[in-house]
Amino acid sequence: MIIRSRTVILPLDDIDTDQIIPARFLKTTERANLGEHAFADWRYASDGTPRREFPLNQVDLAEHRILVAGRNFGCGSSREHAPWALKDLGFEAVISTQFADIFRTNALENGLLVLAVPATAHRWLLDHGGAELQIDLGAGELRWPGGEAIPVAMEPFARYRILHGLSSLDYLLRHEQDIARYERARTPDTPAR
Amino acid sequence: MSGRTLFDKVWDNHIVVPETTDTPAILYVDLHLVHEVTSPQAFDVLRERGLSVRRPDLTLATMDHSTPTRTEQVFGGVRIADSAASGQIDALERNCREFGVQLENLHSQQRGIVHVIGPELGATQPGKTIVCGDSHTSTHGAFGALAFGIGTSEVGYVLATQCLLQRRPKTLAIDVDGALPAGVTAKDLILAIVGRLGVRGGAGHVLEYRGPAIEALSMEARMTVCNMSIEAGARAGMIAPDETTYAFLKGRPRAPRGADWARALDAWRALPGDADAVHDRRIAIDASALAPMITFGTNPGMVMPIDGHIPPASGDPAFAKALEYMGLEAGNGLLEHPIDVVFLGSCTNSRLSDLRLAASVLRGRRIATGVRMLVVPGSQAVKRQAEAEGLDRVFREAGAEWRESGCSMCIAMNDDRVAPGQYAVSTSNRNFEGRQGPGARTFLASPLTAAAAALRGRICDPREVMA
Repeated sequence: MIIRSRTVILPLDDIDTDQIIPARFLKTTERANLGEHAFADWRYASDGTPRREFPLNQVDLAEHRILVAGRNFGCGSSREHAPWALKDLGFEAVISTQFADIFRTNALENGLLVLAVPATAHRWLLDHGGAELQIDLGAGELRWPGGEAIPVAMEPFARYRILHGLSSLDYLLRHEQDIARYERARTPDTPAR
Repeated sequence: MSGRTLFDKVWDNHIVVPETTDTPAILYVDLHLVHEVTSPQAFDVLRERGLSVRRPDLTLATMDHSTPTRTEQVFGGVRIADSAASGQIDALERNCREFGVQLENLHSQQRGIVHVIGPELGATQPGKTIVCGDSHTSTHGAFGALAFGIGTSEVGYVLATQCLLQRRPKTLAIDVDGALPAGVTAKDLILAIVGRLGVRGGAGHVLEYRGPAIEALSMEARMTVCNMSIEAGARAGMIAPDETTYAFLKGRPRAPRGADWARALDAWRALPGDADAVHDRRIAIDASALAPMITFGTNPGMVMPIDGHIPPASGDPAFAKALEYMGLEAGNGLLEHPIDVVFLGSCTNSRLSDLRLAASVLRGRRIATGVRMLVVPGSQAVKRQAEAEGLDRVFREAGAEWRESGCSMCIAMNDDRVAPGQYAVSTSNRNFEGRQGPGARTFLASPLTAAAAALRGRICDPREVMA
């Protein structure tokens, strides 16, 4: 799996999922079409006009499908609507130094790549918005515009799953016998053994 | 080999398939709490795949996030104006009926915020693994459970298999010595801890709160502490169970009874960490040195003592943006800062003891002219208990609004919102931009500090107005 695209930069640290998608847009029973609400209060003024100063309003998102964000992206609420909205907006990967735990899981369950890179590489990316990158998930590499590549850290099972189109649910269902055996060996209301 | 921590014991007890380099562990879930906002898409997956809920007996649903708090909308048949919100409420009703999941619905006497009713019903117990599609599931760790928030995909996995794929997290011990001074509450303690760790300091870790100041806390206060573990980036926070825990649980509807109770107690008493157990990290806090705390920025780590000063500008653009959003300046204090709204509620501070604390400040007094105060009990049971004690009258006579239970103004998914630009002192857990409504500016604080601010119409040290 290879992603080739330009980056768009949100340099702030600790961007929480309430910014990625405000709670008032969570009153849906579906997961589609949430992109229009992504970063709603940063993208639009209260009268609905786009804020020109917001980086995502300054580029053609179809050509900028890699988001480079500040540290600890996706902190706060567990809402999976955040990666749903980012994917619907066209993003295929987010790069930072560190991701909030629940967001990282939610993103990877939806095939949205979250790539943690060292601080020096991160700094370069923040300073070079619009850089054209190539992410080679099979090789576990992030390739720079000049052709140089750095390895990117990703949880190996998530990487395998995404590369091979395996769903976590199918994997768990395949272990039904292990789960049944565990249940037989244990009374749920007496936790410690 | 060194001994095992509280976390180690609960984790080890729930391993269905151990972790390897290539694959995460399969972890069994003892209690799955479900609410209306993060579950509909998960039930849809079950329907599409022709799957059933594996353990409806370990699953409990309620509605709290997008529900109204006005009595006429909850019980009086007045329509919920927001069709999207009522659509979610209807979807949860349908899903629970179709899949055989017990639901405390809008009219249930047992309904409330999911993290308030779990403990209240005795469903939250030491040693359990507890998950919910909500990041404040960390609350239940107050009982010595391993409890954490999950996304909607994972809600579906737990519904279908009662299991999750998990890598073993690291552990961080937080030793709290001394005793909290008068007027300084569990909320102030956890705000100080989040300030110390920062909003990413706990990432990848399960926190364990220990020490004399923690042991001295009531269960409700312990829940306040564990609730905000996520605000330090930790998915879970835990406190070892003790006699306070067992006394709280005994006799609750879902707690074990008779011989089962004795058996459960034996198991629970084995849970606290071994004397020689080692955590991956450890920090120490002196409770006796703490003051009432208040946030000044747009994440819970931007916090200071109530009489403190906002730190100088650091050159960090996020810091500058936060102060601009808040309309505050670096270096200034917050005492005497005028406020518009006070919110007493949320899964952090909406239990009976929280309401009693706030009422102790407001009894026989009126809130300041021009201030709106909303009091939203955490559950219908809390509401009934508060009314039996006359707390509702204290709040009403002070000029506050008294509502039905729910998440309300903490997340502003219903009509309970702070208007753009207004300042709110809130007992909730998040001061993120727009959290309490677009443009709303939030100061997080304890119930005492919130009540004192309502009284004065300005931020003040609650110890000045305490009865």
